[in-house]
Amino acid sequence: MSNNPLTPGIAAQRLPAAAYAQNFGDLEPVLDRHEAHVAADRCYFCHDAPCITACPTSIDIPLFIRQIATGTPEAAARTIWDQNILGGMCARVCPTEQLCEEACVREAAEGKPVEIGRLQRFATDRVMDKGVHPYSRAPLSGKRVAVVGAGPAGLACAHRLAMHGHDVVVLDRAPKAGGLNEYGIATYKTPDNFAAREVAWLLQIGGIEVRCGVKLGRDVSLDALRADYDAVFLGIGLGGVNALRVAGEDLPGVRDAVEFIAELRQVADKAALPVGRDVVVIGGGMTAVDAAVQSRLLGAQNVTIVYRRGQDRMSASAHEQDHATQTGVRIICNAAPVAVLGTAAVEGVEFAYTHDGPDGLVMGERFVLKADQVFKAIGQALIAPEGLRGAKLDAAPMAGVWTGGDCAVGGADLTVTAVAEGRDAAEAIHAALGLK
Amino acid sequence: MADLTTDFIGIKSPNPFWLASAPPTDKEYNVRRAFKAGWGGVVWKTLGSEGPPVVNVNGPRYGAIWGADRRLLGLNNIELITDRPLEVNLREIKAVKRDWKDRAMIISLMVPCDEASWKDILHRIEDTEADGVELNFGCPHGMAERGMGSAVGQVPEYIEMVTRWVKSHSRMPCIVKLTPNISDIRLPAEAARRGGADAVSLINTINSITSVNLDSFSPEPMIDGKGTHGGYCGPAVKPIALNMVAEIARGAATQGLPISGIGGVTTWRDAAEFMALGAGNVQVCTAVMTYGFKIVEEMISGLSQYLDEKGMQSTAELVGRAVPNVTDWQYLNLNYVTKARIDQDACIGCGRCYAACEDTSHQAISMSVDRVFEVMDDECVACNLCVNVCPVEDCITMEVLPQGAVDERTGKVVDGFANWTTHPNNPSVAAE
Repeated sequence: MSNNPLTPGIAAQRLPAAAYAQNFGDLEPVLDRHEAHVAADRCYFCHDAPCITACPTSIDIPLFIRQIATGTPEAAARTIWDQNILGGMCARVCPTEQLCEEACVREAAEGKPVEIGRLQRFATDRVMDKGVHPYSRAPLSGKRVAVVGAGPAGLACAHRLAMHGHDVVVLDRAPKAGGLNEYGIATYKTPDNFAAREVAWLLQIGGIEVRCGVKLGRDVSLDALRADYDAVFLGIGLGGVNALRVAGEDLPGVRDAVEFIAELRQVADKAALPVGRDVVVIGGGMTAVDAAVQSRLLGAQNVTIVYRRGQDRMSASAHEQDHATQTGVRIICNAAPVAVLGTAAVEGVEFAYTHDGPDGLVMGERFVLKADQVFKAIGQALIAPEGLRGAKLDAAPMAGVWTGGDCAVGGADLTVTAVAEGRDAAEAIHAALGLK
Repeated sequence: MADLTTDFIGIKSPNPFWLASAPPTDKEYNVRRAFKAGWGGVVWKTLGSEGPPVVNVNGPRYGAIWGADRRLLGLNNIELITDRPLEVNLREIKAVKRDWKDRAMIISLMVPCDEASWKDILHRIEDTEADGVELNFGCPHGMAERGMGSAVGQVPEYIEMVTRWVKSHSRMPCIVKLTPNISDIRLPAEAARRGGADAVSLINTINSITSVNLDSFSPEPMIDGKGTHGGYCGPAVKPIALNMVAEIARGAATQGLPISGIGGVTTWRDAAEFMALGAGNVQVCTAVMTYGFKIVEEMISGLSQYLDEKGMQSTAELVGRAVPNVTDWQYLNLNYVTKARIDQDACIGCGRCYAACEDTSHQAISMSVDRVFEVMDDECVACNLCVNVCPVEDCITMEVLPQGAVDERTGKVVDGFANWTTHPNNPSVAAE
C-alpha cells in the first residue's frame, strides 16, 4: 500500500485492500427468518394504516407484514410487488424514516417504528433469490409502447404495460438499464449488483425489449417515437447538473457528485478509484451525502458537506445525516460557496456564512476550507426533449405522450415516487389504448 | 416482610411455591437443586407399582405453542409416570427429606385401581418420612388407557373409592389431583371430599394436540409420523385453571376443601391470583421447565412485596380473598353502566379499537379523517373489546356512570342495583 488517508492530492488505494470490501459491503444485511418474525410481530395491523398512506406506492404494509408473520413471505412479496414492482430496491433505498416508518404508530408510541423497510427486503429477497417472477402477461393486445428511460419510472411503466399485454421497447442512453438504481445510488446500499439483478428479474415477465445506448434527441426523435408506437412514456430523469456559478468551478479536482457516484458504482475495484485527502461536498441532498460518505469509505481523511441553508432544510433525511456523521463526515450548514480557490488544481473553497433575510439568503463572514477535491451536489435539471418545455414535464404533455419520475411534475427525487408514477402512467396508457 | 410460611393441610413449607409432580421432581439430583434454589416443596414425580418400570417414547415427549419471539406459551407432554425403579425413587426421597426437613415432600402415586395395589404402595412409602401423598387421577395420556390416571379421575365414584382406600391404609395427608378433562370440576372434588381427601390439587393437564405438521400431516409432538393427544399446560391454561379452582372454592359441597392451585403459574402474580381464588399454595412445572429453578426467587420477592403493600402479614390472609366476588351471571348488577373512554394524549392512532368495534361489535367508535377515535356514548354497550385490543395500556378505560346519570344508549337513569333475578324480561320473574 503506497498511499494512506494522509497522502496529499487525489489518490487511489488509500486503505488496505480488505477495507474496501468491508466499507462497500451490505450496510444493513437482510433479516433472517426469526428476526423477521420478531420484527413482524411488532406490527399492530392498524386499521386504514397510516404507513400505507405514507407510502407513495400505497403498498398494503400491514398485510404483507402479517403474511411474513404467518410464514408466507412469498405472498408478502406479491402484496409488495402488486403496488411496487421495484419493491426490492425500494426496501434498500427508501428513506423509510420519512415515509412509512415515520407514519408507523409505534414511532408515535415509542419512537421505534416497525422495521418496514427491512421486512420488505426480507420478503422480496426470498422470492427473488429463488429466481421466481410471479407475474405473467395478459393476452397480447398488439399495441406497442415506447418507454424512454430505463430508470425506476420507465421500468415500472414497462412492467405494468407488459402485464396488460402490450409490447414495450425501453430505450436508455446509458450502457446499462436501471437508471439511478444502477448509476445513482450509494454502492453500499445495493451491493452484489442488485440493481442489475432486479432489472433482469423484472424483465422475466417478457414482452419488454431494452435497447441501451440510445439517446432521445440524438439517436431517435420524440416525433419518430410518436409515429412508430401507439404510446410513448418519458421517464428521462434529470439529465443536467446545476452549476455552482462561482469562480474556479472549472479547476481540476472539481467534479459533479452524480458522476462520482456513478463511477464508483461501476468500477469493479473500489481501491482503484482515486479520492482526495480533503474533500468538500457542496449540497444538502441525498446525492451530497452519498458522495461524502463514500469519499470517507474510499479513505479520504477529511470530508465536509457544506449546505447553504439550515439543517432543517436539508433534503437528506435525518437518518442519512446521522449515517454521514457516524462515518466521520462533518456537516456545515448555513454556508454558501463564494469561490473555488487554486491555481493548477483546486486547493480550497471559500464560503460565506448565510442567514435568511427578507429578500433571500444574506451572505456574512467568510471562511476557507482546504480541499483537493470538490463535489458539486446542488441539484439536477431537466434537459427537455425537443418540442417540450418547462422545468418539469406535465403528466401528459402532448397527445400520445405520458411522463413520470424525476423529469415529471410531482417527481420527488425518490425511487418509490418514480415507480408510482411509472405504474400510474402505464394504467393511463392502458386506458387510453381503449383496452380497459 | 410478610411471612411466606405456609401451612397446607398441616404440611409446613417456607413458602407456598411447590414444584408439581413432573419431570423436574423425578429424581434426587433435581429436587436437591430445587430446594437449594428456594422451592418450598415438591410433589415427587408419580410413582407406580413395583415391577418393571413404565417405558417412555424415545422420540419427542413435548410439543409447544410459541409467541413470535419463541416465548413458550403452552406446553404439551406425552411423558408417563416415573420410569425409574420404585426402590430407587424411595431411597432418594428418604435421603432428600432427611436433609431438607423444612421443605414439603409429597409423593405422587398412581397404581392400578384395586385396593391391594394401593395398600401395598402406601406401605412401601411409609418410611420415607414424606409429608403426604398426592393421588394422580389426572394424567390424560398413556396411563389412562391402562385404567389409571384420568380414567379414574373422570369417574367420581372411583375417586371416592380410591381416596377412601388411601385414607384407611395411611395416616398421611392425602391430596387428590384432579383432571380438567371433565364437564364439571366440582363433581370429582365432591367425590374426593366424600372419600376423605384432605385437599384437592388442580388442574392436571388438558387433552391437547399442540399443532399439526402441514407437510407430514402428523400431529405434534410427532413420533415416527404419528402423534397422540398429550397433556397441555403452561401460561395458556391458567384461565381455565383459575375458573376450576374458583368453582371448587365457592361450590356449596366443596367450599372449605383445601386447594393446591396448579395451571400455568409462571410469576408471583399468577400465584397470588390462584391464592386469592382459594388456593392455599401453588404448584409450578412449565415455568421451571422453561426458565429453570431460579424463578422462585422472583416469586418469593414478588409475593412478599405484594403482601407488604397490601398490609397482609401472611399468605393465609390472601387465600380466598377473591372468592366472595366470584358469582353467577344472574347476580351481576345490570345497573352498573360504564362507557369506554379514549385518552387522546395516549392514543397512537392505530385504529384497532375502531376496526374491532366497527367490524365486530356495536359501531360505537368514530374515526375522523385525521385519525381521531372517539366513543359514541349512545352506541357504546361497554363491552370492553376496545380496551382489550388497544395496544397501549390504559389508553382506553371504562368509566363508570354515576348514580343519576343518563345512559345515552338506553335513555335510562343509572339507578341502584338490579340483576337478572329481578329483571322484567326474565320469564321466571314475569311468572310470579
